[in-house]
Amino acid sequence: MNNSVMNTTRLLWAGLRALLVLTLVTGVIYPLVITGIAQGLFHDKANGSEIKSDGKVVGSSLIGQSYNLPLKKGQETPEPDLKWFQGRPANGLGSNSVNTRYKLLLSGATNLSADSKDLIQQVKDAKAAVIKDNSVPGWTVRPSEVPADAVTSSGSGLDPNISPAYAEIQAHRVATENGLPVARVEKLVKDHTQGRTLGFMGEPRVNVLELNIALKDLVANRS
Amino acid sequence: MGPVLAGFLQLLALIGALALAYVPLGNYMAKVFSADKHWRVEMWVYRGIGADPDAKMRWPAYLRGVLAFSAVGVLFLYLLQRIQGVLPGSFGFSSIEPAQAFNTAASFVTNTNWQSYYGEQAMGHIVQTAGLAVQNFVSAAVGIAVAVALVRGFARSRTGELGNFWADLVRGTIRILLPGAAIAAIVLVACGAIQNFSGIHEVGQFMGGSQQWNGGAVASQEAIKEFGTNGGGYFNANSAHPFENPTPFTNLFEIFLLLVIPFALTRTFGVMVGSVKQGYAILAAMCTIWLGFVVLMMWTEFAHHGPALQAAGGAMEGKEVRFGVGSSSIFAVSTTLTSTGAVDSFHSSFTGLGGGITMLGMMLGEIAPGGTGSGLYGMLIMAVIAVFIAGLMVGRTPEYLGKKIGSREMKLAAIYILITPALVLVFTAISMALPTPPHSMLNSGAHGFSEVLYAFTSAANNNGSAFAGLNANTDWFNTMTGSAMLLGRFLPMVFVLALAGSLAEQKPVPVTAGTLRTDKPLYAGLLVGTIVVITGLTYFPALALGPLAEGLA
Repeated sequence: MNNSVMNTTRLLWAGLRALLVLTLVTGVIYPLVITGIAQGLFHDKANGSEIKSDGKVVGSSLIGQSYNLPLKKGQETPEPDLKWFQGRPANGLGSNSVNTRYKLLLSGATNLSADSKDLIQQVKDAKAAVIKDNSVPGWTVRPSEVPADAVTSSGSGLDPNISPAYAEIQAHRVATENGLPVARVEKLVKDHTQGRTLGFMGEPRVNVLELNIALKDLVANRS
Repeated sequence: MGPVLAGFLQLLALIGALALAYVPLGNYMAKVFSADKHWRVEMWVYRGIGADPDAKMRWPAYLRGVLAFSAVGVLFLYLLQRIQGVLPGSFGFSSIEPAQAFNTAASFVTNTNWQSYYGEQAMGHIVQTAGLAVQNFVSAAVGIAVAVALVRGFARSRTGELGNFWADLVRGTIRILLPGAAIAAIVLVACGAIQNFSGIHEVGQFMGGSQQWNGGAVASQEAIKEFGTNGGGYFNANSAHPFENPTPFTNLFEIFLLLVIPFALTRTFGVMVGSVKQGYAILAAMCTIWLGFVVLMMWTEFAHHGPALQAAGGAMEGKEVRFGVGSSSIFAVSTTLTSTGAVDSFHSSFTGLGGGITMLGMMLGEIAPGGTGSGLYGMLIMAVIAVFIAGLMVGRTPEYLGKKIGSREMKLAAIYILITPALVLVFTAISMALPTPPHSMLNSGAHGFSEVLYAFTSAANNNGSAFAGLNANTDWFNTMTGSAMLLGRFLPMVFVLALAGSLAEQKPVPVTAGTLRTDKPLYAGLLVGTIVVITGLTYFPALALGPLAEGLA
């Protein structure tokens, strides 16, 4: 056989063996060891930071949810349940189209550009809805009070947080809908506001699921 | 404290952490690639490979090693995806179609990590951990190996020998990437990134009903995805997904991970050529560009021009509340100036100029600080060109690090810098001219053109981030971006290694009064100028049609 063919074959064979050995090290041993340590030391976090209410798992503190009323007949998009604090829009969230055995959450952003007509419309509609939903008799939300995160979709579509400003403008509505004093709900928001990590990392935020769980407890204990 | 101030404090903290790691990591890597002794575990690996780690290789042999290992890598990853349907732990996902499997294999082997698939609905446990994550390690190690070979070319004389590819590959993986990734993975899990092997499971919801998530070895993959400047996300939303990047701290930590090796390699370079000051000059040029881009990005994102962002009152579209505008801007610049391409916010929804900055970062050739290894060798090619230009000005034969830059060296360097722009511009032009490919654009007008330009810029530069509005999962884009990635990765490596071989054969030229001092600020400035001029002239027309038109509209 030709010498150069022989050499190439030998080289590719060495390459394959190198790949298999390194796959064993970095693709089998490494993830298994890390999983072992993670499951041993940080069991809850390694499994998705699940969070309970009344003894039942109601989601993950890291993954955003929707707080909507059940779909009525003929409706395509559900209406928000105004009793609960609402998260950010998630217009980029997809649904599984490849393997329809599952209803997987498909993370994602809208990817619409800053000059996109669709995005301008989405933002305007969202702003109008936020103002309408959160204005209660005797207290009107002004357009300038609506923060940017309330009218834009997040990068993952699963943002678990809202800005404190967005939580605060929802307080009057939530208080009215649940028959609670406004001051009590505002205090609840304050208690669930997380500042920047070490005072400078990231942005202040409110975890919507944790806030709603606390709200639920508050409503239940009221009577 | 306002968000702008907080953004700058985060930048300062990041710079502080990188500065602390610079000397120890840089020295350590120099030691790894200079040590005579092999670790026992490495000897087992060499026995498994059947290679002699002490055999000296000249540049053609070194290159053959790189190409053979990468070719096998593409084929293996392609086949693994094609048989996914019958592999255990695949969540019942089917095998990946040929065009997409080729694209993904090319993407991960070239350190690009462009993804035309949705991670959470396409890839099961085995393909993710034993296929994609393995290439995250070894493609980064290959990049470092080639960079180290070039550094040896400068450091050695009267020999053509550049070291042993197998030894460099194995040492880079086992002594540098593996320990670093292991520590980083544990930190990420401690902050909330998931790490398990559960299947798709239902989790109850507050309003009743349930969500469905897939489990996965996410933290272990996330760690090497950043540390090896890879960028391919476990989930579609990449590092914006809370399971990949749960807190503001992890966000800064991930930016640190993706920058630390590329920056520290300039120290490794300095140590190996016997003058750490030479490393500082290269570092200074990298830092100037990186810092300039970060400041520019923060300015445009905080100012949030663009009608939709003005209506919203802030540039929060495609960004997460926990990171905010400041931290997302630092991430976006760092991921596109390295070859990472991971995203914690979606570049397509940035301001017009912000999107342009991410694209320009890649067009610079990803050298400030660039990918693991590829950043250093790309920058050293620019350094060669800069001394050549300086030599022309004063009419002397240019020298760099005691080596003459003659016509052979300049030809190799010149071809190197032409390859990537040629790929980007030709592939973009063909895609825009054909009738069907433009149907993949989500947005219209200037932004639609930017989507296609971004795709080929990202592919040919081995970045992997996207203006993700583009539907890249078509036969055309899968095949063409896949080819751009392979050509954009391995063609330049041919010329880098040929240059290294040619330098290593020379005898050193003594330093005289007339030698251009390449360890001074003046030279660092010249280097930055060279980079900006070369990139500017190459890409200005294309940028004017896309992001500039959008930003100025």
